[in-house]
Amino acid sequence: MKRYSVFALAREAMRGHTGWERAWANPEPRKSYDVIIVGAGGHGLATAYYLGKNHGITNVAVLEKGWLGGGNTGRNTTIIRSNYLQDPSAAIYEKSRSLYETLSQDLNYNIMFSPRGVIMLAQTHHEVRGYLRTAHANALQGVQTEFIGPERVKKLVPIIDINGPRYPVLGGLWQARGGTARHDAVAWGLARACSAMGMHILQKTEVTAVRSEGGQVTGVDTNRGPIDCSKLGIVVAGHSGVLADMAGFRLPIESVALQALVSEPIKPCMDVVVMANTVHGYMSQSDKGEMVIGGGADGYNNYTQRGSFQHIEETVRALIETFPMLSRLKMLRQWGGIVDMTGDRSPIISKTPLGNCFINCGWGTGGFKAIPGSGWATAEMIAKGEPGPLAAEFGLDRFREGRFIDESVAAGVAH
Amino acid sequence: MLQLTCPYCGATATETELTPGGEAHLKRVGPEGSDEAFEAYLFHRRNPKGVHFERWRHTYGCGKWFLAARCTVTLEVFGTYPAQTTEPPEHIVDAIRTKRPDWTLEP
Repeated sequence: MKRYSVFALAREAMRGHTGWERAWANPEPRKSYDVIIVGAGGHGLATAYYLGKNHGITNVAVLEKGWLGGGNTGRNTTIIRSNYLQDPSAAIYEKSRSLYETLSQDLNYNIMFSPRGVIMLAQTHHEVRGYLRTAHANALQGVQTEFIGPERVKKLVPIIDINGPRYPVLGGLWQARGGTARHDAVAWGLARACSAMGMHILQKTEVTAVRSEGGQVTGVDTNRGPIDCSKLGIVVAGHSGVLADMAGFRLPIESVALQALVSEPIKPCMDVVVMANTVHGYMSQSDKGEMVIGGGADGYNNYTQRGSFQHIEETVRALIETFPMLSRLKMLRQWGGIVDMTGDRSPIISKTPLGNCFINCGWGTGGFKAIPGSGWATAEMIAKGEPGPLAAEFGLDRFREGRFIDESVAAGVAH
Repeated sequence: MLQLTCPYCGATATETELTPGGEAHLKRVGPEGSDEAFEAYLFHRRNPKGVHFERWRHTYGCGKWFLAARCTVTLEVFGTYPAQTTEPPEHIVDAIRTKRPDWTLEP
């Protein structure tokens, strides 16, 4: 892999950009790998990346039925934060946020991490108390957040109306080190780094069956033929239930549609991320100037990657009240992704009933922020065969034992 | 927008008038059930990519709970039926088979 640098840029500028190589290889599948990861979204690629980087396992294939990062990695609103209430969540999301800070340098690929700050608005007295509690919890967890008053919110976000009739802004939970990153670049940068380590990224390779012998996984069948493996990692978000069905177990997960939309591009007007959980809306401004808006998830099982119009309407209606200037903006595009929701709104990083088969799923509406941390923890589990400290609390057994990591109270709606 | 016909009052309701209630036909586990069976009853879901039996409530209408058979890929509705059944009635199964010949009803 040729490194990207200012010298490479200058060299290529001199010779008409003819020397850039492909960012990742497009190989034919081998008959067998040490580890197969199903799903080349952010989490799958990050798992492969840290398998190589942290554990020296590079005989790895990442299988993707579509194209790189074409699922939820390319469909989210790119918010990165770690202001969670429960200790296990704060640990893994904060690990992830801190890895994002140096990911561009690690990957030698600009993922455009922008730690512009994230505000979660408190618009009811319940929320004020809830976020005060979160701020105290975060202080104990070593996550830097603070509760700020409405004047400070107004100063950070001049376009906000803090005296709205139904939901005035009473304050906010401010995480100055949160922000956004370029979602496609995260997938591309990780893929390039994996490919450089000799891993195979196999796009348009759909898993059709999981093969096992004596309760141990032996490989998968794909549309490009059977491939053997010693260990299998399932990292497929919305399609986790489908893969689990192939592997012979059920998950505490239901797949629903979550939508997002962007406005026409406008001049810079908001340089932080604002989330309004009471009214189900969150918004940031992209580098192109579009207002990137996300809302609430649909309530019923859905694999269509498109959601119901009334959720878009609810989201926009709520945001217009808090940001009156939005009322004159045209919305350009709207899309949906399939998110994998668990009952406690916390993810699953776990061994499964099938031997040497591991699963990473259940990130629901908030997976993008967790990509590096989730990959780190999942790689550790696959390499060692047992979950490490970051993943330990997120096992499937927590449902049987009643050890929920209940984030649905604190952050179940908008991530 | 998703439309379902309430089998009780006969109204064709759009989804804004309805509340989804998750997977239908879950078998309740009694006090003698094992931990595994209780876990499965409480948490494990089929979450199929295809035919799904589910509960809905006609919240802003007659208020009744009813069941629907729907495809989670095409959002096609095969039919709705009263909630007082432990398995999908024959006419619903037939309606699904007509459109999905390969589909089988799993226990």
